[in-house]
Amino acid sequence: MKSLAELQALRDKARVEMGMREDAPDNIRIVVGMATCGIAAGARPVLNAFVNEVAKRGLKNVTVSQTGCIGICQYEPVAEVYVPGQEKTTYVKLTAEKAAKIVVDHIVNGNVVTDYTIGAAAPTK
Amino acid sequence: MQELSLNVLDVAENSMRARAKNVTVEITEDTAADRMEIRIADDGCGMSKEMTEQVTDPFFTTRTTRKVGLGVPFFKMAAEMAGGEFSIMSEPGVGTETRATFGLSHIDRMPLGDIASTMQLLICDHEDVNVIYRHRVDAETFEVSSDQLKEVLDGVPLGLPEIRTFIGEYLKENIEALYHPEPEAPADPEGGQAAEPARNEQDMNTTMEE
Repeated sequence: MKSLAELQALRDKARVEMGMREDAPDNIRIVVGMATCGIAAGARPVLNAFVNEVAKRGLKNVTVSQTGCIGICQYEPVAEVYVPGQEKTTYVKLTAEKAAKIVVDHIVNGNVVTDYTIGAAAPTK
Repeated sequence: MQELSLNVLDVAENSMRARAKNVTVEITEDTAADRMEIRIADDGCGMSKEMTEQVTDPFFTTRTTRKVGLGVPFFKMAAEMAGGEFSIMSEPGVGTETRATFGLSHIDRMPLGDIASTMQLLICDHEDVNVIYRHRVDAETFEVSSDQLKEVLDGVPLGLPEIRTFIGEYLKENIEALYHPEPEAPADPEGGQAAEPARNEQDMNTTMEE
């Protein structure tokens, strides 16, 4: 069973790698909606998937955070991706699998996953 | 909501929005009494008497994006449909305490679910709040707090992906262990050899000294 002593070892490793993260100008932000609507629709596993995928790939310039109700509850779980110098991308009706794909395609390789965006989900005229 | 841990996440997020410094999540499962209690207490801004009365009404909300607020009503419903009770007490400037009880074996009691994920989120996403988690299952107790983790981390943020992942696993393993307590060393005053299971050398030195 994991103990707090192991956390101490992990801390020392993390401290070495810190510094290049957070306020770097190329910092990418992923924000997940976590109000009642998001939570009920499954935002928690989505946020976890984002965090796990970022950790697994050792991405230092990415932060994952949460926000309240974005106002489009029918599209939850919703996440917004902010890449500096680019337009915000809003992803809707997410799952853990979709979140992992977004990290690989969009965050790592720079290709927006158009199929998961609000533009693709919204009814067309 | 499909599991009670999601209600806990939702209601505890209200505490965060109330700018609490300390948020306690306490879960007690008592098999003998067939009862489960979830208590969420904070020292946030609190609410007036009028507002406290209104929050269980789904058509009351503080948000401006739309006209319904379902967080607290969902939690109340989950308790009441499982033979339990719900209460919320609040005082401006002091804090808020939400309590829900459930019939542990009631057929309509939702499972607690992935409470480790809920606590991981609450702890790791609120660096400046001390989240205290206490979970009792009969005689077993697991307790952890943000302050305790921060002391070990010594300035390394709780929100770092690898730290978050570790804390998630730490919570999961310790919570699961509550339901599978290590069997106590059998009290055997005779030191009966026949019933004695095979032991490794380490055990020999640490158990059953007459």
